[in-house]
Amino acid sequence: MSTLSIIYVVLFYVATLLLTVGLVRKILQYKNSPAPLKIPTTPAPMTTSGVAYRMAKEVVLFESLFKSSKWTWIFGWMFHFGMLVVLVRHLRYFVADVPGWLLAMQPFGKYAAFMMVAGLAGLWARRFLVDRVRYISTLSDHLMLALLMGIGVSGVLMTFVEHTDIVALKMFALGLVRFSPQPVPGDPILLAHLAMVALLMIIFPISKLLHAPGVFFSPTRNQVDNPRERRHLADWAAQLEK
Amino acid sequence: MAAAPDFEVAKLTGEITVPKLREGAMAGIKSFNANEKIQAPLGYPGELVEDWHDRAIGKMGELLKKYRSLQVFMDACVHCGACTDKCHYYIGTSDPKNMPVARQELMRQVYRRYFTFAGKYFPKLVGAKDLSKEILDDWYSYYYQCSECRRCSVYCPYGIDTAEITMAGREILDSVGIGQKYSNEILGKLHRIGNNLGLPGPAILDTLEGLEEDVLDDTGIPVKFPLDVEGAEVLLVTPSADFFSEPHVESLIGYAKVFHAAGISWTLSTKASEAGNFGLFIGSYENMRKGALRIRDAALELGVKRIVVGECGHAWRVAYSFWNTLTGVGAGAAEDDEFARKLQAQLDPSVPQPSHICEFTYDLLKRGVIKADKSKNDHRVITFHDSCNVSRASRMGDMPGGQFIIPREVIKMVANNFQDMAPGTTHEATFCCGGGGGLLTDDLMEVRVKGAQPRMEAFKDVVDSKKVNFLALICAICKAQFTKVLPYYGYNMGMVGGVHQLVSTAIELPGLGAGPVEEEADEAETEATAAGDE
Repeated sequence: MSTLSIIYVVLFYVATLLLTVGLVRKILQYKNSPAPLKIPTTPAPMTTSGVAYRMAKEVVLFESLFKSSKWTWIFGWMFHFGMLVVLVRHLRYFVADVPGWLLAMQPFGKYAAFMMVAGLAGLWARRFLVDRVRYISTLSDHLMLALLMGIGVSGVLMTFVEHTDIVALKMFALGLVRFSPQPVPGDPILLAHLAMVALLMIIFPISKLLHAPGVFFSPTRNQVDNPRERRHLADWAAQLEK
Repeated sequence: MAAAPDFEVAKLTGEITVPKLREGAMAGIKSFNANEKIQAPLGYPGELVEDWHDRAIGKMGELLKKYRSLQVFMDACVHCGACTDKCHYYIGTSDPKNMPVARQELMRQVYRRYFTFAGKYFPKLVGAKDLSKEILDDWYSYYYQCSECRRCSVYCPYGIDTAEITMAGREILDSVGIGQKYSNEILGKLHRIGNNLGLPGPAILDTLEGLEEDVLDDTGIPVKFPLDVEGAEVLLVTPSADFFSEPHVESLIGYAKVFHAAGISWTLSTKASEAGNFGLFIGSYENMRKGALRIRDAALELGVKRIVVGECGHAWRVAYSFWNTLTGVGAGAAEDDEFARKLQAQLDPSVPQPSHICEFTYDLLKRGVIKADKSKNDHRVITFHDSCNVSRASRMGDMPGGQFIIPREVIKMVANNFQDMAPGTTHEATFCCGGGGGLLTDDLMEVRVKGAQPRMEAFKDVVDSKKVNFLALICAICKAQFTKVLPYYGYNMGMVGGVHQLVSTAIELPGLGAGPVEEEADEAETEATAAGDE
């Protein structure tokens, strides 16, 4: 195998490892830090199933964002939903026999990339056009958008303009999954696409992308409104009563 | 208004507009610092300690471990900007550091530098900064330009609540010796004397006796204001401002009339003569707990069956959301939880513990135990200001949003003319009065007046279009703030009052034998007697 292939194989194993270990560490940290006080943003659900419903609306529909800014909501939702469909489409490269539903959704997955890129463009534009958002944007905010945009645009190019060798790509992907490394196709757009995806995986657990696991642990959203009915006591707070 | 302000007060238009940002507009604003005498009793150094840098970072690390909220909120923000136009202090001052995300960034820049990989190794890239004295100054300035009202938390897609970060910021500042005179002095009085005003028992007794005389003169009815009565059914815990300030005292008279009309025995307590708890404002669990334990002790000593809380926003947050945790006032303690069980065995499990005075009065009105003559309030056209802590950090009644419905229902049951302010300025979207969270001090008058602007715009709208002449409140801080701030915007401070001031005006008191209401009054008396016998 070529040096290039070895680099890419190692890159993806390292990226997967860092992503998994990093995320697990962060999730455990969130899970293990106590929430000593009841602080749901009210009105809040009074039952656990109510909280699940609230969280589902937050994660699927971005309910709070919808309340705050329709433009950010529409661009944000286009980007995230587009990316989700695109990601699902990419599963085809990781399974030997592509199931019917995955085959059937391929066209949607292809066009969802435009939705994703358009959403990103809208979000990026806000960072220049809205004075308040411009003020709070850091260099890393712009670089993050550049990275996602790079991934989206390179993907679109390979799907619609400069087709890449998807058979060879699938061999490479399956090789990774089966721990039997295969050569990476030499197409420069593909190499750029893959490198950017690996970079995104690596920085995920050390960047603001932690909003993805974070939202599930947000006490203002995931707590049940029942402080009068049930005594809520963190371990360190209980020590004060000793 | 005594003197013209040395800052510009916006001319109201009746509409809320988001301003273009003006950097540094409020940079110089600082409230007075607390001295050693104020700091020491709360467990804080009296002046900036020499190793402030290490201590501050150490404290931040400790808080990150103790509060999941802080840890998650430090990580999760993506700078989407959803919160940027939601804070009343940003809208009123146009200082970008009053945008919630920017206020959070003041701490996040330090968090990144010391607690994250990216900030340790690529500080410039992610905007991480070493903690400096300038940053501490910025913290002191801008963490005391936040009223912890949680409006931003409603709109954040991850539920990031700036109040949690402001509280952590204040706790870190206190721990290195930078405290705020206003909040900490008041908290000291709560610990030392039992209430925020520092009223000793005899002064409270004297005031209550005076009120009994006043009410007797006004109505001819001997309404009692009992203090430290053992064996009373209800312990009323109310902000101490209700004993002395206008218009607060009018609501206290209202509560007393409700208890009288319903024939329910009740008492105030010198030990628990304060519902407010500024331990919340400075983010100190220990100080908040210490303050709240006074209520537990008073309840145990007096042997009451029920605890009712008077009109006060942050107090209701602490009471509703935290009392059970801090003191056991509530229900549902674990079987081996002797601390809470001791009190919960004494409290009546058939009613919510604690209850808000609006829940209490609403229930009595609905059941017809007490009655009101709505026409007595006909000279008023009333609007209602949802207090931030009640709206976004608590509940009333048995369903989500009861905190919006119940006070409005009480108003409608005692008055004919009610008008809501514009949607987007009420309920969960309500704007803070501008004086909450430890900002109700004259040295922050500019922040307070400017922060009140969004509420004032919504108020002007209903004054102009609906002829509103009464702003009904359920918070001692709101009452004090609006009384002071309304004149800056050209309104009479007399337009401000409590919900129970309205109740006080309209309630029918048993024994009031005058003309057409005689029959109803008799009926009420019978019911009241019956209720009293229970």
